[in-house]
Amino acid sequence: MPWDRNQMAERAARELEDGMYVNLGIGIPTLVANYVGDKDITLQSENGMLGMGPFPFEGEEDPDLINAGKQTITEMDRTAYFDSAQSFGMIRGGKIAAAILGAMEVAENGDLANWMIPGKLVKGMGGAMDLVAGVGRVIVVMDHTNKHGDSKLLKECTLPLTGKGVVDLIITNLGVLDVQTNGLHIVETAPDVTEDEIRAATEATLV
Amino acid sequence: MKKIFANATEALDGLLHDDMLIAAGGFGLCGIPELLLQAIKDSGVKNLTFASNNAGVDDFGIGILLQTRQVSKMMSSYVGENDEFMRQYLAGELEIEFNPQGTLAERMRAGGCGIPGFYTKTGVGTQVAEGKEHKDFNGETYIMEEGIFADLSIVKAWKADETGNCIFRKTARNFNPPAAMCGKVCVMEVEEIVPVGTLDPDHIHLPGIYVNRLIQGEHEKRIEQRTVRSKETA
Repeated sequence: MPWDRNQMAERAARELEDGMYVNLGIGIPTLVANYVGDKDITLQSENGMLGMGPFPFEGEEDPDLINAGKQTITEMDRTAYFDSAQSFGMIRGGKIAAAILGAMEVAENGDLANWMIPGKLVKGMGGAMDLVAGVGRVIVVMDHTNKHGDSKLLKECTLPLTGKGVVDLIITNLGVLDVQTNGLHIVETAPDVTEDEIRAATEATLV
Repeated sequence: MKKIFANATEALDGLLHDDMLIAAGGFGLCGIPELLLQAIKDSGVKNLTFASNNAGVDDFGIGILLQTRQVSKMMSSYVGENDEFMRQYLAGELEIEFNPQGTLAERMRAGGCGIPGFYTKTGVGTQVAEGKEHKDFNGETYIMEEGIFADLSIVKAWKADETGNCIFRKTARNFNPPAAMCGKVCVMEVEEIVPVGTLDPDHIHLPGIYVNRLIQGEHEKRIEQRTVRSKETA
């Protein structure tokens, strides 16, 4: 059985270590917050906050308190606020230990494409280019194939890049792959998924 | 030193002209200078370039200036959630210069600090790097980005004293300090102007030296993505 969205998020949470400051992207990465368990993890929201809390209860929404996805959120005892220049200063300065992001394509050399489909989706990169260039470890969580069944793990990305050689680890619905010098290495498979099934669903070189 | 004006229109008097570059604070609809944007719309000034992380939504934020075709170019990191923006962009009526979010913030901060350019790893090997100077430091490649020097800054804070020393609230701070710093003139709107001596000097987020004109007003503070959890699942 391939992993579902929540199981992928749970697997990604296992990559986080006690004491880490972490930035979670929009989509499945947001769910990772539900699975950190007892680990002392501080979440960064790049619009200017460390120590991001859960969504507010109905009626307690504050228009001055949102996350990078523009959703209403809450603060915690440890929360600190700062401006956008300082927020990206800590990202660019390598202070954020890890970012967990979604992707449209990842190449075997760690190239990442997740911000633009020419002629179709032109919304902008937001903070993704800064994050992949600056944080300690970039973990991608995404489906192994697109809706047409084509591999999203490629020899080379076809879409405009978000970053070159920036991805460290890929967690898909089929398994976990490490980006190594000569290609991707299967670290783990989802329950009852075989390495052969992953090979069949992967265009990128597997080593 | 008289910084306080009666309303947004008076605060912008003599500062607006066609073809100008305006740096605006805000992230999404959070912490945007909504009163000043409305006054700029009412002024009819056109062919504006905005350095702003986002472009608002169709009927709020910078979106209201897109409806009236007063904006010709956006320097932004993310412009989703705005159908009119997308329509004008795809029709070739509006120019967009995508900046990575941290690059945009740092370009504003740099401009405000008199720094004309800086090097960053962000965007190396992507479209963003095309045409920019590349330089290696300690074996790693960086690209040069230029500081933004705006004709006008429009920003929003929570509270300011009569000299413009101000405090922001929660994540509404975002781009407001760097945007405030990078303009030749900065106009700030706040929810409350308090007498000097009221704010703790150790708690000032942005000193009044960056604020030339100040207004107080009622803010709608619209929420873009209202997201809640129910008490049962908590």
